Amino acid sequence: MARVLLLLSMMMVSLSAAAITDVYPFDSDADEARFRTLVAELRCPKCQNQNIFDSNAPIAKDMRDEVYRMLLDGASDQEVKDALVNRFGEFVLYKPEFNQRTALLWVTPLIAILGGILIVIGVVVRSRQREHSTVSLTDDERRKAERILGGDDSAS
Amino acid sequence: MRRILLFIPVALAVALGIVLFAGIGKDPTHLESALIGKPVPAFALADLQNPDRVHHDDVFKGQVSLLNVWGTWCPACRDEHDDLVRLAAEEGVHIIGLNYKDNRDAALQWLSRLGNPYALSLFDPQGKLGFDLGVYGAPETYVVDADGIVRYRHVGVVNDQVWNEILQPLVRQYGGQG
Repeated sequence: MARVLLLLSMMMVSLSAAAITDVYPFDSDADEARFRTLVAELRCPKCQNQNIFDSNAPIAKDMRDEVYRMLLDGASDQEVKDALVNRFGEFVLYKPEFNQRTALLWVTPLIAILGGILIVIGVVVRSRQREHSTVSLTDDERRKAERILGGDDSAS
Repeated sequence: MRRILLFIPVALAVALGIVLFAGIGKDPTHLESALIGKPVPAFALADLQNPDRVHHDDVFKGQVSLLNVWGTWCPACRDEHDDLVRLAAEEGVHIIGLNYKDNRDAALQWLSRLGNPYALSLFDPQGKLGFDLGVYGAPETYVVDADGIVRYRHVGVVNDQVWNEILQPLVRQYGGQG
């Protein structure tokens, strides 16, 4: 899911992608792709609903410059993220790391899905049980019921 | 038993309501600094008044300081300036200024016109220390203890209320230890 979202966001980014290579030239396409991914995944602390690629805030530009500088220095994606998290806090990650504090955040959807599955199973099992219990009439009862229903038929 | 189960959706809705209600009125732009409990990042910055003098992170050692990030381009910094001048003059607060992404002449003019509350002014035209501090909106004011450890960050204007309710207790607390 996250990959699909990332792909979608990168497809949107690519519309204006030509501009980025003018400002941040890279020798290799791989590094450029990493740069695009990183600036799309990092969040601007000033304009909180924009990533640092979209944002025009000066701080976002500083962050882009730092990402660029670190990538040219040969830093890994994780090192770049860590460097920014150490300054601005976990807030800047659109995709927070899984740790003790964020465990609930990541696990809640799983809990909700499991809970839903359990409820569905419960409803199905219970309705099955009800079907079984209604079928179990004794022969006497069945004859009685047929007599009543048949009597009704003749009356109408 | 089954009747009790019918109340589950109501209970869930109420729980969700409580969670959402707790978020009302919280300021989403208030971010806790990532540096709380960590030393001020290492730096070497020129003095604002005296370009030949270079300051390092040891300027925070020895006493509790406020580190105030400001610039002449920042209207809210103008708002808080008079309060900073008063704090420095009347309460004897040790304030270190970080002139952030600014022009030296404009900054010097500002200080001579409005008063200079800073025991020491760092000049950071590229915003290097500002970036390392995670400054995302001037004015920001940090409480730094006598060991140079960042204890608190206030984003926004420092006024009497902020000083009395937030900053002064912290300055007292960490000043008492040192």
